[in-house]
This record gives sequence, C-alpha cells and structure tokens, in this order.
Amino acid sequence: MGVKKVGYEPTWIDKLYIPAILKGMAITFSHLFKKRYTVQYPEEKWIPPAGHRGAIRLNRDEKGRVKCVGCEMCSTACPAKCITVVPGVAPWDDREKYPVRFEIDMLRCILCGMCEEACPEDAIELTVIYDFAGYSREDLIWDKERLLKNFDITVDGKYFERSKEETGL
Amino acid sequence: MAEAGYAFIDIAVLLVKIALVLGVNLLLLALMTLAERRVAGFMQDRYGPNRVGPEGLFQPIADGVKFLFKEDVIPSHVEKVLYILAPSLVLAPALLTFAVIPFGGTLSAFGREIQLQIANLNVGLLYIFALASLTVYGLVLGGWASNSKYPLLGGLRSSAQMISYEISMGLSVIGVLMIAGSLRLNDVVAQQNTLLFGVLPNWNVFLQPLGFLIFLIAAFAETNRLPFDLPEAEPELVGGYHTEYSSMKFAMFFMGEYVALITSSALITTLYFGGWDFPYVDESALGVWGVVLSVLAFSVKTGFFLFLYLWVRWTLPRFRFDQLMNLGWKVMLPLALLNVVLTGIVMYWVV
Ligand code: SF4
Ligand code: SF4
Repeated sequence: MGVKKVGYEPTWIDKLYIPAILKGMAITFSHLFKKRYTVQYPEEKWIPPAGHRGAIRLNRDEKGRVKCVGCEMCSTACPAKCITVVPGVAPWDDREKYPVRFEIDMLRCILCGMCEEACPEDAIELTVIYDFAGYSREDLIWDKERLLKNFDITVDGKYFERSKEETGL
Repeated sequence: MAEAGYAFIDIAVLLVKIALVLGVNLLLLALMTLAERRVAGFMQDRYGPNRVGPEGLFQPIADGVKFLFKEDVIPSHVEKVLYILAPSLVLAPALLTFAVIPFGGTLSAFGREIQLQIANLNVGLLYIFALASLTVYGLVLGGWASNSKYPLLGGLRSSAQMISYEISMGLSVIGVLMIAGSLRLNDVVAQQNTLLFGVLPNWNVFLQPLGFLIFLIAAFAETNRLPFDLPEAEPELVGGYHTEYSSMKFAMFFMGEYVALITSSALITTLYFGGWDFPYVDESALGVWGVVLSVLAFSVKTGFFLFLYLWVRWTLPRFRFDQLMNLGWKVMLPLALLNVVLTGIVMYWVV
C-alpha cells in the first residue's frame, strides 16, 4: 500500500518565480490591445436575445383597438399581484367586455411572464424594453395608454433605434 | 548690493524649482489615480472611467471635488490628535523625498549653474531612506488611532512589512554606493553617464542586476503596492489602516501612496537607470537642448516605472503574510548581502 503522489512538482525554474511573473505580465500586457467587451450604454445598447422578458405591453388588434377582453386572467395569475383590471361593457359588438382601466405597477412586477401565459387573447406580452425608469413611484404605475404605447414602440422591432423623446422612457 | 541681488535670484530660482517639482508631482498624482483605473480597465478588457472629459481626463477633478464635499466623519472612539495627524504623516514624507532627486542636467542661466534638483545633499540617499521610513509612522498611527481592529491589524502589518523590506532595500543600494563612491545622488547619476565597454550605457542595472531586482521588489513592498499590499488588503481588512477614515483624510492616504509611487519610480530611475542620462548623447555639449533632453529622458524612464507599478498590480495576486515574511528575511536579505559581497570582490579585482 504505497501512496501515489499525483500533481505538480515545481522545478527549480518554477521556484524562481521570475519567469512565471514575466509570463503573467506578458499576458496582461497583451490584453491592453485586445477587444473590449464593454457596451457603451447609452450610446450603444445591448440588444436582448429573442424571448427576453422585459417591460409589459398591451397589444392592439387589426383595427388598432386594445385586444384585451377584460377577463382578469392575467391579474389572477400574476404572482406579484400588480395588475389591476377594471372591466366594463365593451363599446364594440365583437366582445362583451373591455378594460376600462388597466394598470400595472412596474415597481412590483417581477417580469415573470405569467400574465402572458394566462391571457386567452394574447393581449398582454412582455417586450425587449429593459431600460425604463421613473422619477416617482406614480411614474412607474403604467396605465392603459402607456401600455398601448409600449406596443406601438416595440411592434416593429425597432425599439432600440427610437429616441428617448419618442419612447418616453 | 550686488551680493544681495544675487542672493535674491538664488532664492527665486529655488522657489521656482520647489513650485515646479511640487506642481508636477501633484499633477502626476492626479493622473496616476486615473491611469490606475484605466490601465486596470484595459488589462481586463474594459475601458475604465472614460466619461468625464476627453478619455476621462477630468475624472481626478471630479474625484477631488467629491472628496472635498463628502462629510468628514471622525468616529467618537478615535484618538483625535493622532487620527488627524496620521494622513499628513503619510503624505508629507513622500513629497519631501523628491527634494534630493536630480531630474535634469545643469542649466546655465542668470550667470550661474542651476542644478535641476531642489537640494544637492551630500547625504542624499540617507535622507531618502530616513524619510521613506517615516511613512510607516503615518500608517501605524492611523491604524492605532482609529481604535478599531482592522485598522490596527493593517497598521501592524505595515510596520512589520516596511521594517523587513527596508533592510534588504538599504543593503541592495550599498552596491550602487560602492560603485559611485558617494551618497550624493548627482554623483550616482554622473557615474552612470558614461559607456560600459563602449556599447552599453553605464547604467547600474547592468552592473548590479541582482541589486536592482532586490531594490525593485523592496520598493514595491515599501510603497504598499500589490503584491505586497497587505496593510490595506481589502478582502481581509476592509481597507486596513484607512478603514475609519473618510473624505479628504481618506484621500490623503491615497495621495501619499501615489506620491510614494512617483518618488520611488524616480529613485529607481536615478539609482539604476542612469537618472536623467540619455544614452549615447553628451548632454553637456548640447546646451539648453541637452537639459531639455535630460529632463525628457528622466520623465520617460520614471513614467515607465510608474506603468510597471500598475502593470504588476493588475497581474499578480497578493502574498500571504507568512510568505511575505519568508521572502523578506530568508530570500531577499541573504541575496542582498550576497550582492554586497560580490560587488566588493569584483571591485577589488577590477579597480
Ligand atoms: S410579468 Fe409576472 S409579475 Fe409582471 S405583471 Fe405579469 S404576471 Fe405579474
Ligand atoms: S390582458 Fe388578457 S388576461 Fe388580462 S384581462 Fe386582458 S384579455 Fe384577460
């Protein structure tokens, strides 16, 4: 029963340390001229991959009306309980109800996507928007108009080309 | 009357030199704080701070303003007098050291020879070592006066480290002194201002490679730079001796550290890389341009060592404390002694 030593035995050159240090310094020096991975936000923006779960939008139908039918499935499914839907009788005759008020508290939203899963009408969706902020808490409780605007600025896939004035975020 | 007039010019020249050295040092210090972060960024494939001004050049100003306007907290449990004194004890010696380093040749103006050096001390090197050891007081007192465990540990470590490495540093320089035969830094530079075997510049780094290596390593330890930054070891000591400091006092510790870097780079240049000597050129024959050239040569060499400090910092990890002590006492000290003996033997046969 002998003990077998495995692993690294330093030679006398290794024990001088100087060659190893020089090698290390050569590596760090070479990195001075290598590609930088920093994304220079806000001039340059990180484009999220497909399926990214960012801020929420409310979809419009072909006629530009809100697609939502006010069924409250999303607010029921939401684990953070941040969706408020107040349904009312729809002014259009292709559905019974529509949301009179539709609010999402983005401060509480955890961007889990459960609302999107639950919606029977594909009326609520998560978008690529990750860079939203507000100056007050009220700023970040988004109403129907804001959520529909999110649809307008993301539906053509050109969100990151729009200016701050245009997106209002 | 004429005598008084001359004296006035002398004093004026001296004051200009002092202002110049101080100004350049402080400017360089500001640039170093920026360079440190940018070089770190580059070596890690990032950019580092590049937003304030072109390429982040005004970042030090922004930092300075921030430090000045931060609340200066003095914790209730500190020893007030020492606590306030400590940061200046770190900064002042570092700035004073530069006084004896010659940063250029001799300029002829106003009917006199003006040496580009503040004080041409005949004990220049001793003066530097004396002041360099004073820095340790700042660190230890800062650590002690803070009256809390991490700063105290940092302060203790720094004293142990500085004392051990000062010995090898002092011994490694003896080789240079034996060759130059003088403690005056001007003589050390003048001796290097020739050619070795007619090809190499007669720089001490070629005559004293071992001594240079020991001095370099000891200089890293003396300035508390990585891989020897145990006194401030952030992960273990929460910043070490300056944990309890805030605002400008905190900044002064760092200014002290960076000025020490500049001074030791200048010292390495002076002792081992020919000081202001531009190789293969006789500066004294070129008049004013020779002086400009010499200042330029000095700046470039010092700049290289400043970069070396950054370069090593972002390459090597920190030592363990026992490794540090082992290296200092069991490796560096015997090697430094060996260097003295070897130099002696060679000098005996050659000279
Ligand atoms: S993403 Fe999740 S948390 Fe946010 S609103 Fe939808 S269900 Fe609620
Ligand atoms: S968004 Fe979808 S799930 Fe939510 S109320 Fe409207 S239709 Fe129902």
